[in-house]
Amino acid sequence: MIEQVGRAAAEAIKAAGRFGQFVADMARALPDVAVWGRLTLVQMRRVGVDSLPVALFIAAFTGVVLALQASYTFTGTVPLYFVGTLVGKTMMLELGPVLVSLALAGRVGASMAAELGTMKVTEQVDALETLAYDPQSFLVLPRVIAGTAMFPVIVALAVLTGIVTGWLASLALLDLSTQEFLKGLKLFYRFKDTWFGLFKSATFGGTIALVGCIVGLGTRGGAEGVGRSTTRAVVYAAVLLLVLDAFWALVLLR
Amino acid sequence: MIRFQDVHKAFGDRAVLTGFTLDVADGETVVIIGYSGTGKSVALKHVVGLLLPDAGDVIVDDHAVSTLDRTALTALRRDIGFVFQFAALFDSMTVFENVALGLRRRDLSDDTIAERVRDALALVDLTGTDDRLPAELSGGMRKRVGIARAIALAPRYILYDEPTTGLDPVTAAVIDQLMVRTQERLGVTGIVVTHDMRSAYTVGDRVAMLYEGRVRQVGTVAEIQETQDPVVRQFIEGRPA
Repeated sequence: MIEQVGRAAAEAIKAAGRFGQFVADMARALPDVAVWGRLTLVQMRRVGVDSLPVALFIAAFTGVVLALQASYTFTGTVPLYFVGTLVGKTMMLELGPVLVSLALAGRVGASMAAELGTMKVTEQVDALETLAYDPQSFLVLPRVIAGTAMFPVIVALAVLTGIVTGWLASLALLDLSTQEFLKGLKLFYRFKDTWFGLFKSATFGGTIALVGCIVGLGTRGGAEGVGRSTTRAVVYAAVLLLVLDAFWALVLLR
Repeated sequence: MIRFQDVHKAFGDRAVLTGFTLDVADGETVVIIGYSGTGKSVALKHVVGLLLPDAGDVIVDDHAVSTLDRTALTALRRDIGFVFQFAALFDSMTVFENVALGLRRRDLSDDTIAERVRDALALVDLTGTDDRLPAELSGGMRKRVGIARAIALAPRYILYDEPTTGLDPVTAAVIDQLMVRTQERLGVTGIVVTHDMRSAYTVGDRVAMLYEGRVRQVGTVAEIQETQDPVVRQFIEGRPA
């Protein structure tokens, strides 16, 4: 028992050390702007534009469901214009960033882990090094920067979509007027609602990309290894994302 | 000159190199032969610092590879072309982009890069394939693009990892001719890792057999062909144990 705990602790320390080394290597590659600058634009398009349909689809239905659930919960006790409050607050503070990021952990994180994992097992990463490129500046930095920069943009559009669909559902299904919905929406609004959601989206995006890169570049063992890395990247990213979510709530909302 | 000095390397409990020592003089091509999984590719990757030895070192031009910092290692790698076993071409890039990638790390104009890519592709008889993706090429063509990518850099050393593995005999002979032609025209120093004896005899000035982590025998092609060492004989004749 003690031996098992000791071994697990040693492994955890090693993993933390590897993570620290990876981040240090990433920071060391920052001056190599000539390489990562151009590639970051490509990744921003991939992470941002290509993820939009999924994000907006999720947000659109979430907005409708939120409006209907709020109305169901408030019936007879709370004025119906609070539907606008609940839709706005929930989309901005929690469901927009978290739901969209969880969905994109599957799309973005898995695709990065699979791509880098395949490059690793087919020696493309080694080839890069022999061509005098640092994999950190060629592969990792563009993805992490793109994830960090594009997630707030995607989430902002998703939040907007969710609020619009929530408003449309309120008009069509709840006999709520636009004025009432807007009154609710503005009622407890604070600017912090916006930046908090977008800030944590940026940390989610960076985390998902970082996990995809670390797991992808650590791939071993051919196609099976790539499959394992893909699954692992999604699971790790999802877990970390929820932990980060709680962490930011604790640090910034208290 | 490349010198493997008493290189030891283990992966977990499995010792792969246990005192590998070999000198490769400037201008010569040395072929490292040996059974699959004996550490030939592992030895080769030590030359460019893709792997670091547990003990011993590889000395390239008086530089101990394992002691070089990132900048010095990058500078060293500019002098070395590496041809990977399965070519390791970048899937998402065209043939042109693959060959040009290493050149883009140097202060060269786009015109110069294009010219050197065209020259390298011509040397491997792949003129006109610039816009094709690696997935559209045969195995032999991919290997030739891998060689073009290495020679486009005008390196002083070229390392070939199993260049003819998985190819039909005719295509393998084409690759052998290509390696000989590259050595003759560019005067580069080469190390070729292979278990294809026909290839070893064609391209090698000297042949070294790696066995149980160290060099079992090293000599000219004629010396290896006439060896009385039972382990080397069995390997070069392809006799089952």
